[in-house]
Amino acid sequence: MEPARSMKGEMRSFLSKNRQNEGTMSDMDTETVTESGEQESNIMVKIDHVDFYYGAKQALMGVSMEIPERMITAYIGPSGCGKSTLLRCLNRMNDLVDGARLEGRVEIAGEDIYDPKMEVSDLRKRVGMVFQKSNPFPKSIYENIAYGPRIHGVKKRSELDEIVEQSLRGGALWDEVKDRLQDSALGLSGGQQQRLCIARAIAVQPEVLLMDEPCSALDPIATAKIEELMVGLKETYTIVLVTHNMQQAARVSDHTGFMLMGRLVEFDATETIFTNPSQQETEDYITGRFG
Amino acid sequence: MKAHIDKAQKIWARGDSFIWLTGATLAGCMIMISGLLLAILVNGVIYFWPSEVYRFELKDDTALFGEITDREEIIKIEKGEPVSYGFRIQVKRGNRDLYGDDFIWVNEDDIKSRSMPETLTVFERREWGNFYGTIQEFRQSGNTLATGHEKAFETFEEQMPRVEEILEEIKEIEKFKIGEINHDISDHKLNIRGLEMEGVKSGPEVDEERAAIAALEKEYEGYVTQLARLRSQLTPSLVVRTGDGRTQEIPLKQIVHAFQPNAFGWIDRCVFFVGGLWEFIWGEPRESNTEGGIFPAIFGTVMMVMIMSIVATPLGVLAAFYLREYATQGKIVSTVRIAVNNLAGVPSIVFGVFGVGFFIYFVGGTIDKIFYPEALPTPTYGTGGILWASLTLSLLTVPVVIVATEEGLAAVPRGIREAALALGATKFETIFKIVLPAVMPSILTGLILAMARAAGEVAPLMITGVVKLAPALPIDSFYPFLHLDRKFMHLGFHIYDVGFQSPNVDAARPMVYTTTFLLLLIVLLLNSLAIALRNRLRKKLTISGL
Repeated sequence: MEPARSMKGEMRSFLSKNRQNEGTMSDMDTETVTESGEQESNIMVKIDHVDFYYGAKQALMGVSMEIPERMITAYIGPSGCGKSTLLRCLNRMNDLVDGARLEGRVEIAGEDIYDPKMEVSDLRKRVGMVFQKSNPFPKSIYENIAYGPRIHGVKKRSELDEIVEQSLRGGALWDEVKDRLQDSALGLSGGQQQRLCIARAIAVQPEVLLMDEPCSALDPIATAKIEELMVGLKETYTIVLVTHNMQQAARVSDHTGFMLMGRLVEFDATETIFTNPSQQETEDYITGRFG
Repeated sequence: MKAHIDKAQKIWARGDSFIWLTGATLAGCMIMISGLLLAILVNGVIYFWPSEVYRFELKDDTALFGEITDREEIIKIEKGEPVSYGFRIQVKRGNRDLYGDDFIWVNEDDIKSRSMPETLTVFERREWGNFYGTIQEFRQSGNTLATGHEKAFETFEEQMPRVEEILEEIKEIEKFKIGEINHDISDHKLNIRGLEMEGVKSGPEVDEERAAIAALEKEYEGYVTQLARLRSQLTPSLVVRTGDGRTQEIPLKQIVHAFQPNAFGWIDRCVFFVGGLWEFIWGEPRESNTEGGIFPAIFGTVMMVMIMSIVATPLGVLAAFYLREYATQGKIVSTVRIAVNNLAGVPSIVFGVFGVGFFIYFVGGTIDKIFYPEALPTPTYGTGGILWASLTLSLLTVPVVIVATEEGLAAVPRGIREAALALGATKFETIFKIVLPAVMPSILTGLILAMARAAGEVAPLMITGVVKLAPALPIDSFYPFLHLDRKFMHLGFHIYDVGFQSPNVDAARPMVYTTTFLLLLIVLLLNSLAIALRNRLRKKLTISGL
């Protein structure tokens, strides 16, 4: 048990360091989360008693939570616990799976997204997504970014140019690619491709940005860049992050939900989850006793 | 002993022998294919190289002019044992109008001597094949203008351009001017028939048509007199003596080329070679396709492949998209997929028979009844033509396109579809703007396979519109310029026809090789075009940075 305890200790010291840094920055920034983790913003996503089934197999069991606006909410948990499924319920990507069925209610900005009147394409415009494996289109960098705005009706070249530049700046990629916008996006490095995917997602100006293990295929330097980017993006977007990497959740998120076997075991301010979890299962997981 | 077995097992396990086996198999295939290509290339290209013409002095004191085309041993079986009686050579002596046959076998024992006199002249004629002989006189309207080989040949070279000019003029009048008049007259006649069918048998409309026909016929008379005047100028001729001492008068209008290959230097030979190749590619066939060029066949082949591609590609791609993207994957779709795969293996003649029954008789017949009733019972679309042949071949090649496209679709990463959907694209937008461009290289692969198959197919074409000699190309200067109802020539059929249906097989043999070579070249060219396009697309789409 000795190594586990020491890991927990490490995590605490790491967290406090991180908070300190943020504290110094937040002197000037009134919107940041306060030390206690109290939120000052509205609820963006409301998940209410959601049960989710793949055919006969139940993947989510009675999940309820409220995700606040303009913050990063992380889901952690062992493989197969349903965290990706929960994320994909938020933009109805699960609709693509044959036999998928959801019971319960999911609201985004107060609207029931499983309402039959809801256009899925409109929903997905409002809820962007970044995937585990970077998936740029086999097109130029410019076309990758412009694709979203184009299908949503932006036609003027000057307007598109503007969106592309803004999005690439938002994705912290502009300086690296501004001279080769017409080159294939597949020529970028893994980290650049992932940032391109983030830029592509924000080009349609979503309200919520879902990130499904965005750094799992990247090296530590590329990961650090993306984490930095996420922290910057939360000023504009509500971010929901699925991660395998507990340090990452601790570093970037404001709230963390721990999931196990399709249940949401605990959902609280990140600091609380990592330093003083109320559930034994959560403590076992973050101290590395399983998972 | 045990150690030995272990060692043998080890060698087997290491797979050295397997490497040798696989390598040797590949090498064997390569040797066979390159041997085939080389044989075709050599036999085909040699045809255009001017070969020496010999004068053979025979033991019976006659002489024979000609080219050596073959040599073989004479073997007779005596008392169960093969005995050699020396060699015999095959001589192309030409002069078919005198001897009835271009080729003759001569025993080498019968030859007293052979020489290559420079004055020996080969005449390539528009009819009756080559003529070999020595020039005696140049005549015009029965008067001798020059005698002796040198003088006569000089006069010939002076006069020939004028003759060619007149011939060109005659061709122009016959083919275009009179052709146009005939075309217009038949149009007016059809109009009259059309009016008759509507119940109008007389009146201003019919009179108008009749007047138009009369005017055209008058114009036609004018051209006929013009033609007669031009033809009367074509009197010059050469008197040529053959090897066995007979003389023959060859009118200049019959001569395509006259040349003395024995006097040729290297440069002359090269020029002759290139000229021959050029004429072969761009010329029209003569002498029931055994001489002249094969341009109509090249044109027909390429055009048919193009029409086939234009039809088969969208059909195959759309079908594949439905199968892979929209259809619910299950037993029915699997059955359809297996059926499509098997369709690609159905013998082509089956498609040909279907083409005749469905396209020609049913579709074509219906079109004739509705749009061309005045021409009936002469069919317009209700008979074989380039359109029906191309459509039949599209049926044949659609499965290939479907299979290739489906494979391409299956290989499009799930990630990029999800990315597009997650951006708020509908399924259609995702398919049209993301999946289709990504699958383009696979579509082109399918098209390449389809074109290769279509260009080489002969059996279904023979019954759906290919002919030995098409009077006109499917594209010409008469409205509506593109005549998809016309019959056409095709290289594959040309090979069959020249090689196996020709009355003069020996003369046609080199043509078979050259035509085969050209067919391969065209397939290669079309494929390279598609491959280049595909590579460009691939480069644009998938430079992997990972």
